[in-house]
Amino acid sequence: MKLEDLRKIREQAAKELSLRSGKARVKVIVGMGTSGIAAGARDVLAAFVDEISKRDLRDVMVTQTGERGLSSSEPVVEVREADKPVIVYGDMTAEKARRVVTEHIVNGNPVSEYTIEVREG
Amino acid sequence: MTRRLDVLVCSGAACVSSHSAAVRDALSREIDENGLSNEIRIVETGCMGPCELGPVMLVYPDGAFYIHVKPEDAAEIVQEHFLKGRPVKRLLWEDPEARRIVEGKKQIPFFAKQVKVVLRNCGRIDPENIEEYIAADGYEALGKALTQMARNEVIQVITDSGLRGRGGAGFPTGKKWQFVASATGETKYVVCNGDEGDPGAFMDRSLLEGDPHTVIEGMTIAAYAVGASRGYIYIRAEYPLAIKRLQIALGQARKMGLLGENILETGFSFDIEVRMGAGAFVCGEETALIASIEGERGIARVRPPYPAVRGLFGMPTLINNVETWGNIRHIVLNGADWFRSIGTERSPGTKVFALSGKVKNTGLVEIPMGMTLRELIFDIGGGIPNGKKFKAVQTGGPSGGCIPEKYLDTPIDYESLKELGAIMGSGGMIVMDEDNCMVNIAKFFLEFTSDESCGQCVPCRTGLPRMLDILKRITSGNGTMDDLDLLQHLGEMIIETSFCGLGKTAPNPVLSTLKYFEDEYREHIEEKKCRAKVCTDLIAYRIDEDACRACGICAVNCPVGAITGELGKPPYIIDEEACIRCGTCLEVCPFGAVHVLSGELCNQDKREGSK
Repeated sequence: MKLEDLRKIREQAAKELSLRSGKARVKVIVGMGTSGIAAGARDVLAAFVDEISKRDLRDVMVTQTGERGLSSSEPVVEVREADKPVIVYGDMTAEKARRVVTEHIVNGNPVSEYTIEVREG
Repeated sequence: MTRRLDVLVCSGAACVSSHSAAVRDALSREIDENGLSNEIRIVETGCMGPCELGPVMLVYPDGAFYIHVKPEDAAEIVQEHFLKGRPVKRLLWEDPEARRIVEGKKQIPFFAKQVKVVLRNCGRIDPENIEEYIAADGYEALGKALTQMARNEVIQVITDSGLRGRGGAGFPTGKKWQFVASATGETKYVVCNGDEGDPGAFMDRSLLEGDPHTVIEGMTIAAYAVGASRGYIYIRAEYPLAIKRLQIALGQARKMGLLGENILETGFSFDIEVRMGAGAFVCGEETALIASIEGERGIARVRPPYPAVRGLFGMPTLINNVETWGNIRHIVLNGADWFRSIGTERSPGTKVFALSGKVKNTGLVEIPMGMTLRELIFDIGGGIPNGKKFKAVQTGGPSGGCIPEKYLDTPIDYESLKELGAIMGSGGMIVMDEDNCMVNIAKFFLEFTSDESCGQCVPCRTGLPRMLDILKRITSGNGTMDDLDLLQHLGEMIIETSFCGLGKTAPNPVLSTLKYFEDEYREHIEEKKCRAKVCTDLIAYRIDEDACRACGICAVNCPVGAITGELGKPPYIIDEEACIRCGTCLEVCPFGAVHVLSGELCNQDKREGSK
């Protein structure tokens, strides 16, 4: 093995460790309270994780949170970026999640039709 | 699908012994049952530090820090936290001062003031998986050294960094490397001293268990720099987990071409073998360690010639301590200036300490040199538990000294500690409170060193037991004031005339306690008093007539039947002659009626009792 090979292994292996760095450009927070899960938050979360991994977006972190009170709009997803307002999406589905990844997280254009709240981070 | 959560379960020896493996199994079962095994991974890491709180576990990316986790908690953690995103608050570390629950590891004071260089990967990566080490820039420093640096450039950067031996003596590491590089010999050897023998010390064990590749990488870089072809890691047989992880790491490194023949296809070859020691304290001394590797009896040899010139099998040998090896890769990768930016002018870098004794947060900590003892003990260590008062801190293990409260603001560096009559040592730090008797502590350490003396030279073999005799005399109430001068004289003589480091440092605990706690010695001699109520010959147990309810529990529990009385008719009485001062009655009395006396009062009572 040469040094270049070592670096290739590192690149591959670094993905495995990215969760532990605590550094992420974008944070996707899926509401996983009881009503969120009942409304399908598990599928939404899975879709986010899947789409993000397919696109190899290493600076995006998916995490969950508990009930936030907007039961009628569950599943609720929050997208946080540094120095940008927090976008909250409601009534999410797996398909919508994939669209949020493409349009919002990759291209930087929040999907206004799913947005239920915009607030200062 | 990528993973969403990494669950880091501490598998350092302390957490293993508090059943972290059962916790891991229970978590893994729950994760499977909830169909989360694709999204969540359990990683077993090395020591995270706060051993007192084990088993501990850290969940990323949110950084929730769980303590005292039991297998029964697994279902709740998986259901509530991993599935619903609500960390289980009752198991999270709680700041005792603020009474608020701390969710993120970074906010915990125990971690906040630490600077992790050597222990960077401990508790963060899986030590049995080389890919995780590689992901954390592993073997990049070796690659840099082998492909971009000349041998003397590697030595130069170590010299410029100002790194000093972390085994305790503080010899400049770069200088040692230079000696070995310029020595001539058919074969040169690189040795890792992992014979960690100080009671209460576990720095080296934790690093070898938690991040073995860091040590391997450091040794390989050194081998290239000084032109060595073989390496040995000398480690105590009583560290089975460290040995196992080291063997796995060596195997993985060889398989990937990072160790063995033609490393990274550069033409450089070097391999490492693990040698187990039988646990003799003297084998931490470098020449005794070398003798032990050679298969000889572990006793020290005359220096000079130093091992750098004639060491293992008569060849030039570079021998450094585990923690020193742990620093190498970082210096090669980040440069001497970076290293000098941490710590102090004369003691750059960090130091790992095993914090133990009477301190709230015991465990493994890494701090920049120059931090004061007070910051380490009170900010990171959380101070003294149970509202007791700080009395002293012992640094450097049995070769070190006890430092009293008035020097708590001393910065931790080689020179400052030496000035106080203590030493940096390998990193043992034992905190003592008012319940510790300083004479007894000195006796404890001297018992250890006189036991561990190899017997080769007279001052150590005969002198240490003589000092011990005197200490026994004092703690049993038969000492005289002349004994103090005798202790001082003997101690100084043993330091001056002993053959190796063991004898040269063994009197330190006695001399430093004599210097800072002479009044306690005097009390033992003149007043027959042990203020900490530790020395059994100088204390008496007494039952308070007014508090005694004559329940008889003390009498039932007394192992020698020294307590007599009649049920319901207080008080019960302890027969001083028969009492063995085991303290059982004190422990079992439900009314707090048993007291311990020492000094004048108890002597007076004794006299009255004998009338």
